Amino acid sequence: MRYSIFSLARNALSYHEHWPLAWRSPAPKARYDAIIIGGGGHGLATAYYLAKEHALSNIAVLEKSWLGGGNTGRNTTIVRSNYHLDPNAHFYEFSLKLWESLSQELNFNVMYSARGVLNLVHSPADMDASIRRGNAMRLNGIDAKFLTRDEIARWIPNLDCSPEARFPIHGGLLQPRGGTVRHDAVAWGYARAADALGVDVIQQCEVTGIRIDRGAIQGVETTQGFITTTKLGIAVAGHSGHVAAMAGLRLPIESHVLQAMVSEPVKPVLNTVVTSGAVHFYISQSDKGELVMGGDLDFYNSYAQRGNLPAIELVVSACLALFPSFGRLKLMRTWGGIMDMTMDGSPIIAKLPVKGLTMSGGWCYGGFKATPASGWLHAYTIARDEPHPLNAAFTLERFAEGGMIDEKGAGPYAWAH
Amino acid sequence: MLLIPCPWCGPRNQLEFTYGGDATVKRPLPDAPMKTWLEFVYLRDNPRGPHQELWHHSAGCRQWFKVLRDTQTHDILASGRADEALPGATA
Repeated sequence: MRYSIFSLARNALSYHEHWPLAWRSPAPKARYDAIIIGGGGHGLATAYYLAKEHALSNIAVLEKSWLGGGNTGRNTTIVRSNYHLDPNAHFYEFSLKLWESLSQELNFNVMYSARGVLNLVHSPADMDASIRRGNAMRLNGIDAKFLTRDEIARWIPNLDCSPEARFPIHGGLLQPRGGTVRHDAVAWGYARAADALGVDVIQQCEVTGIRIDRGAIQGVETTQGFITTTKLGIAVAGHSGHVAAMAGLRLPIESHVLQAMVSEPVKPVLNTVVTSGAVHFYISQSDKGELVMGGDLDFYNSYAQRGNLPAIELVVSACLALFPSFGRLKLMRTWGGIMDMTMDGSPIIAKLPVKGLTMSGGWCYGGFKATPASGWLHAYTIARDEPHPLNAAFTLERFAEGGMIDEKGAGPYAWAH
Repeated sequence: MLLIPCPWCGPRNQLEFTYGGDATVKRPLPDAPMKTWLEFVYLRDNPRGPHQELWHHSAGCRQWFKVLRDTQTHDILASGRADEALPGATA
């Protein structure tokens, strides 16, 4: 069924009791032409674009839990493409362009809100780096605008722009087309659209082993039995290393826990996304009114999907330093997600050294905003058996070849990116 | 909050410590082949379960030491000197 004002009106007349299920829950078949491990945004998007752009018909997505229950439902919903290095800039800008029309593409309202992403600048050196990055963005055709402190103070009245602030604000780099997207809707929209194209979306089906014969994929062992396939894509974010180990691979990835949190809901007080690299903090207000915020990793390897209080205290203290008035609010919920931190801070969307095996992972903090482009390019790489120019740099081999894409220049310390 | 057992100071609050990463990687000799260096600098086992890791008691005795910690539960299973094998560690 196509969602529209007419379908809404028709179903309102029957008290919304006859809406069809948004996707089927099929039992796995014995064989698929392609299997994607991971039913988050990335895996579902990969399956959707495989079916839509490359006309593959026999595809399955295997999810160990429920759709979007991992990082797709745990991020802070920010989308942006304000990157300095060319491979990142082109990749994330492609993603942002897909976000802009995704609701129409999927016939599902993902609530893309171009409310802007503002990176605060706290020192003259910070200002030089931001203007340089803004110039690089504009040379790559991406929108960027430098705001002075006075402009920011007029726009965001509850941000402490006074010279007495703990971290005085000198200005900020704004990407007006950046913003937020309703994160659960991304998983649901892609699942529904992929299902409509015949993709089997199979939940409660955990991959427990990968069968390889003479260097080529034969299929996967799962909690619902063995499934044959010759094309296997991994899109499991924080568990990339865990799943790749089933294929005998070691990755340049460490899994770390990143926490996020929301305040109690209040009336609109913040109409953009504010971030600060100096204190490593980001905040926006959801449509429900909650202030959604996050900051640093907990800084130790973890698969636990929960963190500890010191990281939360850092986020909250950064929040209060920038927005003193938010001190009256209570935190309502905190949670953690597992980040696949690569050694250069950039993702891997590539063929792996087993025939038929690909991955899209290594997202560090940046996975959510990459979802559409990740799926599109992962599907291209699977279908054509070669990368697209947009993901040609995001190989696994770049670490051996010296082709690191280290946006921060932080070096090979996974937790430093 | 992690309570980290420093072998010299006993159990202390995690705020006193700095994480040092996987303790099983060993720096190769300078003339080791590039593949060995690649593995040392970039590749990690990244286990889901017990993980041997280095911690620095940076706001305490300033010693580096090893901890065996479960990455799924955050339970600390053992700790000991950096130059000695930990009880229960596999590698």
